[in-house]
Amino acid sequence: MSAMPNPVLKVSQLTKRFGDFTAVDGVSFEIRPGEILGLLGPNGAGKTTTIQMLLGLVTPTSGTIEMFGLDLSTHREEILQQVNFSSTYISMPQALTVEENLWVVARLYGLSDMAQRIDNVVRKLEMEEFRRKVTRKLSSGQMTRLALAKAILTEPRVLFLDEPTASLDPDVAYKIRALLKDEQRSSSLSILYTSHNMREMEEMSDRIIFLQRGRLVAEGTAQAIVDRFGQTDLEEVFLKLARESTASLSS
Amino acid sequence: MKLHRVTALIFRHLYLYRRSLPRIMEIFYWPFLDLVIWGFITLYLARYQSQVPGFVTFFLGALILWDILFRAQQGITITFLEELWARNLMNLFASPLKPSEFLVATMAMSIMKVTAVSIVMVVCALVFYSYNVLMIGLWLGPFVLNLVVTGWIIGVFTTSLIMRFGQEAEVLAWSMVFLFQPISCVFYPMEVLPVWLQGIAWVNPAAHIFEGMRAVLTAGQAPLSHLAWAIGLNGVLVLGVVGWFYRTMAYCKDHGLLVRVGE
Repeated sequence: MSAMPNPVLKVSQLTKRFGDFTAVDGVSFEIRPGEILGLLGPNGAGKTTTIQMLLGLVTPTSGTIEMFGLDLSTHREEILQQVNFSSTYISMPQALTVEENLWVVARLYGLSDMAQRIDNVVRKLEMEEFRRKVTRKLSSGQMTRLALAKAILTEPRVLFLDEPTASLDPDVAYKIRALLKDEQRSSSLSILYTSHNMREMEEMSDRIIFLQRGRLVAEGTAQAIVDRFGQTDLEEVFLKLARESTASLSS
Repeated sequence: MKLHRVTALIFRHLYLYRRSLPRIMEIFYWPFLDLVIWGFITLYLARYQSQVPGFVTFFLGALILWDILFRAQQGITITFLEELWARNLMNLFASPLKPSEFLVATMAMSIMKVTAVSIVMVVCALVFYSYNVLMIGLWLGPFVLNLVVTGWIIGVFTTSLIMRFGQEAEVLAWSMVFLFQPISCVFYPMEVLPVWLQGIAWVNPAAHIFEGMRAVLTAGQAPLSHLAWAIGLNGVLVLGVVGWFYRTMAYCKDHGLLVRVGE
């Protein structure tokens, strides 16, 4: 029997308080090499704050974050060199062309063979026709592809994706999901994935963790979570928990 | 400190200037206008108050040096603001980029802007007023270097405030430096200030630089004491303001402000 590989990401009792408000409350989870972990939860559940803490942008109130066996609070530089992220809600410098933005990222991470890597990622994400276009002139779908290109250009070991297909048409979204699956298989890329598209979450995630009001309320495969809550599919589970959150806030 | 991360940021800003005429104009426009307006005022005053020696030298020299200080500060603060406006701070600070590398890159941008502005102003002063700022002599070198460092101190201080209080504080990028102008004694000697204000001016490195410049012009003396004060104060204040920047960044990360600073 083969031993379980060490997790690439290990979060223990992660908590973030802003004054009296607790955004994330004692959350613990792991991601193993080559695993896609879905992070689900209604708005305000603490998903974004969790990702921001994993990226070192927000300091946890308590708890630990370890990646590749190193503590993020003491090995920020080594860890972030091997991590990247993409979100529908972030931007890239609008006055630069697509290619210039990718060159800046390549330099920032000190990549070797920069030109070749940029060509590869442009080809993979079918960005040839707009690679010399100024970023402010991109459509939202093209912008999302640029954000993804920035994330995979550095060949990270762990990728945080916050609604990566939110503004893409179904065909491009399908291609992106296929690309991410391909990256996961070929390079053991581990991904933390959030989406409000439950079908996509079921398709992409090996496991799912569910956050509600900052707490981890469920963890397992999509089917296990559906069974546990006695619902017919993941969307039903989501609606049930989201409505509970709203009702609790109202009362 | 990794050079590739510093150069990445420098290239990011050079790309920006490559095709942005308004940004390029902004570097040259205000210094040029300053020089034209103050230059004519100075000529006018010189004509009617010829008893004041070296009037043109005082004013135009001071103006050029003040602009160097101002542009050095802007080089830091505007570089930060460009990242804020582009909502790019998250991309940068979620990368391995260290705060020290970010500061070094902004200082490199500041040097480039100061160099461009200095060339324009020196040439314009020569062409329009037959005034050669280089006549101050070899002392100009250490004066200018210290002024640039003072500009960085104000720039890093202002940047920290914008990071802490968000985009609504961005007006400080243009106004903060003028808070230092009265106590920098740019156009008048320190002795004209009230005694209590002289005490404050004394701990401002810029005041020593302008005092020193006047000493060179009027008496041809080597203003070693002023230069030593300027270097000493700059050294202490640089350490203080960089510590303040790190503290502010830690505060912003703790309160979730770094990810919301552009909102």
